[in-house]
Amino acid sequence: MVKKSSSIIVGIVSRAIVPFIQLFALYVIVHGHSSPGGGFQGGALLGASILLLRLTVGREGSELVFPERMGTPMSGFGVFIYAFVGVAAMIGGGVYLNYAFLPIGGMQPAELRSLGILLVETGVGIGVMATMIVIFDDIAKGNFHD
Amino acid sequence: MTLYLEIIIYLLLIGCAIIALRVKDLLAAIVVLSAYSLCSAFLFAVVGAVDVGFTEAVVGAGLSGLLFLAALFYTSRKSAD
Repeated sequence: MVKKSSSIIVGIVSRAIVPFIQLFALYVIVHGHSSPGGGFQGGALLGASILLLRLTVGREGSELVFPERMGTPMSGFGVFIYAFVGVAAMIGGGVYLNYAFLPIGGMQPAELRSLGILLVETGVGIGVMATMIVIFDDIAKGNFHD
Repeated sequence: MTLYLEIIIYLLLIGCAIIALRVKDLLAAIVVLSAYSLCSAFLFAVVGAVDVGFTEAVVGAGLSGLLFLAALFYTSRKSAD
């Protein structure tokens, strides 16, 4: 089902618009603690940009941006970042996901909280992006049980 | 001002829902359903829930329409047997 679009206009326009979608997604993730949006919305935007390439450019072109075999490892990696930040706060002496106890020297607790939120939202964004792509790839490929 | 905007968006929502139910072509139904999600995202943004509206615009109008599209292309209208 995923094959190259026959219209040259659709291909050119989608290839031109994808970097701007990804830049906006990175803005949403990075500004997640001070404005609407966050890890989930930014990750969904990143996944939507790559799914746009999957639909219009075709499988060969979009494999260069995000390989299909990387879907499941990347979603696991996002969950790992989230859990690792939580456990690092436990190692530093606090409870799970209490960012003020992250074991990084020379920073105020407010700065540590900001950094911890950024790290956790990066993990959420990576996980959501990879999970969206995995769902679409499994539906498009027809193998529902792998 | 906001009240008039809300009334217009509510009318658009009802119109999109009726069209999505009544139309025969499934591809057109998916497109109108995405327009319905976009209108509801506008409504959330107008009444003040910007975060919910953002999520609705990304997931409802973008990704769920894409998954419906993939499912539509994977199935066929007539059965094989």
